[in-house]
Amino acid sequence: MASTHPVRHLLRAKDLIDARYRDELDVATLANVALLSPAHFSREFRRAFGEPPHQYLLTRRLERAAALLRNTDRSVADICLLVGLKSVGSFTTSFGRTFGMSPTAYRAAHAPALSRARVPTCVLQAYARPQSSMFGEDGRGRRG
Amino acid sequence: MLKQLTHTQVWVHDQDEALAFYTEKLGMELREDITLPELGDFRWLSVGVPGQSDVAITLMAIPGPPVFDEETRAQIQELLAKGASGGLFFSTDDVRASYEELKGRGVEFLQEPTEQPYGIDAGFRDPSGNQFRLAQLN
Repeated sequence: MASTHPVRHLLRAKDLIDARYRDELDVATLANVALLSPAHFSREFRRAFGEPPHQYLLTRRLERAAALLRNTDRSVADICLLVGLKSVGSFTTSFGRTFGMSPTAYRAAHAPALSRARVPTCVLQAYARPQSSMFGEDGRGRRG
Repeated sequence: MLKQLTHTQVWVHDQDEALAFYTEKLGMELREDITLPELGDFRWLSVGVPGQSDVAITLMAIPGPPVFDEETRAQIQELLAKGASGGLFFSTDDVRASYEELKGRGVEFLQEPTEQPYGIDAGFRDPSGNQFRLAQLN
């Protein structure tokens, strides 16, 4: 059998972020999944996917938070915790920098996408994830 | 005019690995496995969902010359490993039971069953990096 492509291991770490963004995920855990040392892992992840792993994790959490704001009536504090972030203040700041408005204003401005098109979750998650690299509040993801 | 979709194709990193995954883990059936020496040992390999005999999934190895030059082949291999190759959607009667069963067999899920207005769906990958959806539709 052909040996596994090295990038496939990095995809496994990216998939782990998508599956377990609610949990505490540090670089060491992700690097372990990718079979690389933490320092090497962050560099290789960035090379493969265009951004460092901690940023991918934060943007995934913000994307999920935005979806919960659009599609549920959970409170902002609840949503912050549900997506794996611990500080509501940092969450609100990151959210504002990324989406240009507060979580409450965002909720008021957006009807659920699914009320308009039956797009699957993978499409929603892939296309709605913010691209900004302007935030830096999520210091937890920078460990390791 | 067009009548019916009969085959769809996914690139796979390794055909033997893919065949084992699609049949033993996903429970599909082997449809065709034919190697053609006159075509440089091209292997036409397809599988399908039991009960859906009119649609097959062709598990295609990524070819080198004369189909693709080595650089193109390497690019496709890398895109596949990055998860950039698209995927397929399947339906099931009980997505939570299927999720548990497939997960128990070692299938890697990106998303556990999640309720959506159209039903409940989950997401997983094959060993090559192709992405699949499994949905229990309303």
